[in-house]
Formats: sequence, C-alpha cells, structure tokens
Amino acid sequence: MAYKRPDGRNYDETRKIEAKVGIIKRADGSAMFSFGNSKAIVAVYGPRQLHPQHLQNPEKCLLRCYYDMMSFSVAERKRPGPTRRSTEVSYVTSNALKKVLKLEDFPNSVIDVYILIVEADASTRCAGINAASMALAHAGIPMKELVSSISIGKIGDAIVADLTKEEEDYSIKKDGKEIKAATDIPFAFQSRSGKISLMQLDGKVSIDDLKRAISLGKKMSKKIIEIQTQALKKVKEDKK
Amino acid sequence: MDVSELTRKRIEELLKDGKRMDERKPLELRPLSIELGVSKKAEGSARVKFGDTEVIAGAKLNVIEPFTDTPDNGALMVVAEFWPLASEKFEMGPPDIQAIELARIIDRSIRESEFIDLKKLCIKKGELVWAVFLDIYPINDAGNLIDASAIAVMAALQSAVFPSIKGDKVQYGEFTTKKVPLKDMPVVLTFYRIGKEFILDPTTSEEEASNSRLTIAMTFGKEPYIHALQKAGDEPLSEEEILKVLSTALKEGKKIFEKIKSQLK
Repeated sequence: MAYKRPDGRNYDETRKIEAKVGIIKRADGSAMFSFGNSKAIVAVYGPRQLHPQHLQNPEKCLLRCYYDMMSFSVAERKRPGPTRRSTEVSYVTSNALKKVLKLEDFPNSVIDVYILIVEADASTRCAGINAASMALAHAGIPMKELVSSISIGKIGDAIVADLTKEEEDYSIKKDGKEIKAATDIPFAFQSRSGKISLMQLDGKVSIDDLKRAISLGKKMSKKIIEIQTQALKKVKEDKK
Repeated sequence: MDVSELTRKRIEELLKDGKRMDERKPLELRPLSIELGVSKKAEGSARVKFGDTEVIAGAKLNVIEPFTDTPDNGALMVVAEFWPLASEKFEMGPPDIQAIELARIIDRSIRESEFIDLKKLCIKKGELVWAVFLDIYPINDAGNLIDASAIAVMAALQSAVFPSIKGDKVQYGEFTTKKVPLKDMPVVLTFYRIGKEFILDPTTSEEEASNSRLTIAMTFGKEPYIHALQKAGDEPLSEEEILKVLSTALKEGKKIFEKIKSQLK
C-alpha cells in the first residue's frame, strides 16, 4: 500500500510556507521563514568591523552563522546554549550560504547571521537557511544568487518533500518489532547554477532513491525561490 | 588553508593528468594497517594507520538508565578529542567544529546503519541498558582523519566484549567473552575535490588544497545502501558530480570493506 502522509499532503507538497522580510528593525537585514510549525527568524548584522583584529582577512569578509533553538521550541526543554548539534548545523549553514555572497567586496570585515528557531517540527535547518538567504539579501549584501533549502525524505518507499517530526520518526512493524523506516535528506540549492551547497543524510537509501530525492529537491527548491523572491519584492514595494 | 599557492597549483595541475605528489592514483589509498587491543583496560580498542595518519579509538561499556524516549534501547556516544599532540593546528580546549563534525558523522554512520544492535543492549526495559562510549584520539594527522577514525571505531567495536556485571554495577577489569551484537559494518568514505577532480585518502596538503568534500557511509549487505551523507567545504557540487561520486563510492567502498574484513580476521 502506498504511503499516506499524516497531514494528507501530496508527496511533492510542502507544509504551508510563510516568508517575511524585515521583521527585526534594528538589524541590517532580517527575515522569517516557516514550514508549518517549523519557524526560523534570522537577523543579519554587517558587514562590520571584525574584532579581534587577528581574525581579519585582508582578502575577504568572514561569514559567521549561529544556529540555535529556543529552549521552548521543542517538546522537552532544550538547555539554552550551544550543543554539538547546533555547532554542526551552524557550520553546514555557513557552507550553504558562503559561495553566493561576494565576500571579497568587504575585506577585514564580518557578516554575522543569527538564526533562531522559534518552533521546531523538523526541517529547521532548512527553514533557517531559507530565512538567512532572504535576510542577507535584505541587508543589501551583494549576492550572485539566492539559496533555497528543503528536506526530502524517504518514508517507507515514498520520496516526499518537507518532513514533519512525526514523519521523521516514522517506523513500521516487522516481526513484532518497531523498525525505523524514515530517511531525512536536507538539501540546499543555489538558485541560478542549481548547484548543491548542502546535503546531509540520516537513514537508509539506495542510490536510486537518492537520485529521486535530488530531483524532487531540485523541483521543490524552485518553488521556494519563488516564495523568497516574492517576499523580498514586497519589502521593496512597501518602501515606495 | 595553509598550503602555499604554489603547492596548491601543483597539486591541481598534476591531478588534471590523474597524478598525485606521492605518485598515487586519484582513488588509491595509502597502506592501511589495523591493530587491535591497544588498551587492555578498554572493552575494545584499535589503532589504525593510513600511511602516516594514525588514530586510536576505544570502546568503553557501562550500564545506565535508558533515555525516556527510548526505554528499550542501549545508548551510543561518539566523541573525538583532537589533542594538540597530533597536529600543530589543534588546540587544547573544548572540541571545535572539526572534532564535533567528525564524531557526529561517525555516530550517524553507526546509528543509521544499525551496526550496533541497540535493542539487544537492553537489560531491563525502562530501567537498565548498556551504553557504548566510543572515543577517538588522532595521534598523527597526516590527512583523512574522518575515514581513518571510522575504521578505528568499527575495528574497536568488532573486538569489543562486555564487561561482567553484578546487579546494576559493572565489574571493570573483568571481561566476559560475549561480543557486542553487531550487524553489517558501515564503511565511511570521504571524497575530496581539488580543482574539478575527486580523490580519496588525501594527505595534509591535499586536504588543504581541496575546495569541497563529500562523506558517504555505506553498508554492503545483500544490497548496498547509503546511510549517511555529509557535504562540506566551501564550494557547492553539481548534481552530476554528486551522482558520479556516489557510484564510485559504492565501488571503492566495497573494496575497502573487503580490505578491512580481511585485516580483522
């Protein structure tokens, strides 16, 4: 029997997406992006002077991303402060965004990107990257392209877009035992070149599954770019 | 990235003709050696060398109360300590991103491939389970720490036995002959891109000259499966590049799998 998604979505359908730019006035750039109940807010500060001085690079600007979850964003309270997980997510996020920015335009400076998860229901790193990409554009930092991120999952035999926590934890009964049957594959695509700047995987897939996942990811990323672009255009109109 | 511009260019130029500074082919590994039983106090331990790169990994077992969300599962913890004895680049202090990322990739490779059968580590549901602590110490960093560490951990696990327990206390130093329950061993393989070429098992200067990397954890049971992926490094990869790397990974991974198996006999 084909897999039915708990919330009735089609395989290539995301949860309701909300995207808004300019949510934190004090910041140089800011944005919010949510997939259903996974919501990220992002503030960008910079380019600004980098201290301590020995970290400065005379050839280009440093990009620093910080990802964390609010303590009450998950079922069991998360202790505030960085974890091994958040350190890794910050690192892959920075990798996902780095190459679309013209960092060489701002030697000796730093761009800080603060990503905070308000509500978590899986795919939070993707929501964070999407919001960060918009916030960087909002801050007026020269960018070659946008970045859009989506998690693709294999659940049972189905390849689906934008997993919820419930789907991430999907398991089947086999010989009276619970077996985990969900694989999560977050992607980030650069909007023009279509290149992949983030790809991780947890679970079990064949190479054919992975091929299907990449092509679904590519298709979904185009929809997300559309939404990000609309949100960015709206700010421009509001300013008029 | 400390490799000089001159060396980086030389490495890139050579690779265009499929050559490397140490005369290896792009996908050729340095000689691998695995030594078991490095520490008699550990439930399992191993030393792995990939050429000059050396890593020691150990497994310690303890009994703990299970986590509330998995009352009938044993626990797994993988930690890497990059001590400054292995490289002038490492510093004392809490683990930095390199060490965290390495440990997390290996953790996911073991967890997702179900190499350790965590269900079988349950002693009493909701009350007592085995916890497996896997600790990784690079001894000499001459490149490719991720893959070398993964082999060290897998080898340490294959040699690991349970300590004896009395009630809910482990009798350290008293070992049983019972092995830790394992399934298909995952192979962790990291491809480094230099210029537009991909190589395996880089040296330090090759690592520093690379612009992107992709780690793949696979098992080779009845069918080959991919259990963990990690794309890192500055440059993005195209879909074609990823697909090419993946199919090469399955081929090369299988070879390394056989090599590890034969060394562990």
